[in-house]
Amino acid sequence: MRARPARRDAGAMPVIEVTDLRKSYGGRPAVDGVSFAVEEGEVFGILGPNGAGKTTTVECVEGLRVPDAGRIRVTGLDPVADHERVARVLGVQLQQSELQPKLTVREALELYAAFHPRPADWRPLTERLGLSQQLNTRFGKLSGGQKQRLFIALALVGDPRVVVLDELTTGLDPRARRDTWQLIEDIRASGVTVLLVTHFMEEAQRLCDRIAVIDRGRVAALDTPAGLIRRSAGATVISFTPSAPLDEREVNALPGLASVEHQGGRVTLSGTDETVNAVITLLARTHVTAHQLRVTDATLDDAFLDLTGTSGPTEEVSA
Amino acid sequence: MIASVFHPAVLRAEIRLFRREPGHLFWIMLFPALLLGILGSIPSFREADPSLGGLRAVDVYVPVTVLLGVIVAGVQGMPQTLTGYREHGILRRMATTPVRAAALLSAQMLVFGGAALVSALLALAVGRLAFDVRLPGQPVGYLLALLLAALACLALGALLSALSRTTKVATAVGSAALFPAMFCAGVWLPVQAMPDLLACVVGWTPFGAAAEALGDAAAGDWPGWTHLAVTAAWTVLLTAAAARWFRWE
Repeated sequence: MRARPARRDAGAMPVIEVTDLRKSYGGRPAVDGVSFAVEEGEVFGILGPNGAGKTTTVECVEGLRVPDAGRIRVTGLDPVADHERVARVLGVQLQQSELQPKLTVREALELYAAFHPRPADWRPLTERLGLSQQLNTRFGKLSGGQKQRLFIALALVGDPRVVVLDELTTGLDPRARRDTWQLIEDIRASGVTVLLVTHFMEEAQRLCDRIAVIDRGRVAALDTPAGLIRRSAGATVISFTPSAPLDEREVNALPGLASVEHQGGRVTLSGTDETVNAVITLLARTHVTAHQLRVTDATLDDAFLDLTGTSGPTEEVSA
Repeated sequence: MIASVFHPAVLRAEIRLFRREPGHLFWIMLFPALLLGILGSIPSFREADPSLGGLRAVDVYVPVTVLLGVIVAGVQGMPQTLTGYREHGILRRMATTPVRAAALLSAQMLVFGGAALVSALLALAVGRLAFDVRLPGQPVGYLLALLLAALACLALGALLSALSRTTKVATAVGSAALFPAMFCAGVWLPVQAMPDLLACVVGWTPFGAAAEALGDAAAGDWPGWTHLAVTAAWTVLLTAAAARWFRWE
């Protein structure tokens, strides 16, 4: 990776700008009015359940698909009309693709480097990605994780200003996943903007500066990971085993309460800081002892389930 | 702009990959010359035959085997490879680079077209060296007919790939197209030896017409314009159809 000057102050223009993007397949909308802007130098995550329209959105950004409506700009250029210039600054890792089975790792890197006027040196890249032992191995003989790492290397070999990584660490073992996360952090540190499609909460929480949660073709929320957690209904989770049953009416009347769950003798409540104080007051007032009391912050997982309404404890709140 | 439809690095990689396919090397490059060698070793094939206008069967079979390489490359080799590239997202991956997937299509055409020409040279060399077959009397006309036949065949290959969703289908469709194409080229019975009506019908097919054109040029005449026009018309038609239906993913 070439060191480069910070570009954050280069100007107000976002690196990727998606405005009211729409795309249907056979009359069924896959992307239904998605808008977001990725700023220079940030890691921007697109998070969503399967079939939410994440991949279609980034494929439009990559110029692989022509939008039905809406506007996309990558460094100010239209990815369809200006494909060649966009492709020079945009590195891409597709969710599903392969290479010619008999092409070796070295040949693939040399080939893809040849497409760019000023490619990155691929040797340090292969070392970072743990591929230096596989340079003469044919693509067809690589393991799933090695193929994935090669595609990450190919996305970076053109020394891009922005990379789009779709399901980056799928198929990687936990160790390789963590190494890859470190690599993404290094990429960001070198000034490259990253658009990351993922369904791993941990990955999104660790890597992303901001996240757009996409659900059923629309942006359900757009915020920092911490902001998403904060704004979810049950940002704080309180769980304990009460020494005596609690009055259900009093529990349901707790301020800020988002959900209640009983499992065996254990009670799990989610809500706000206010809920925590109210629970403790309630316990003290009714002389109930709380065994194994735990107060934890909700994770991005909880926020995600809350936002996309797929399932989760929030649905158990009685109206 | 030209770099997006033709790229030397893509061509180099595809040549390298072609050399790693023993099946292609054998069936496209060696098999036609080998077949000529086998046919030529039959003694009766080396005797002048009045029904062939005094030519020996082996003389007539040189253009046939030249065409055979073209047909195997265009109908069996290219559609399979290209369909596999599409099926496995290789074209898609290439489409996200500044070079675009068209560079892969053009490289495939050049590689298989080039292999067919090498195969043709080999067949000519075997004919000349082993069986004393005279080299084409009208080399320019011969080359023109051969190039037209190769273009028609590559266009047919692109069309077959366009119509096949998977490599399996491409293989099946390719095999189905291979035998009629070989028949028209005269592998079983050279066009010159076919009954008039059959020869007339076959003369309207791309490979029948190409076989006639090559036969004319081998004998030292300028290939008939009708034959060249028929091959060229097929090339245009097949290219248009391939362009209409070809999908990158």
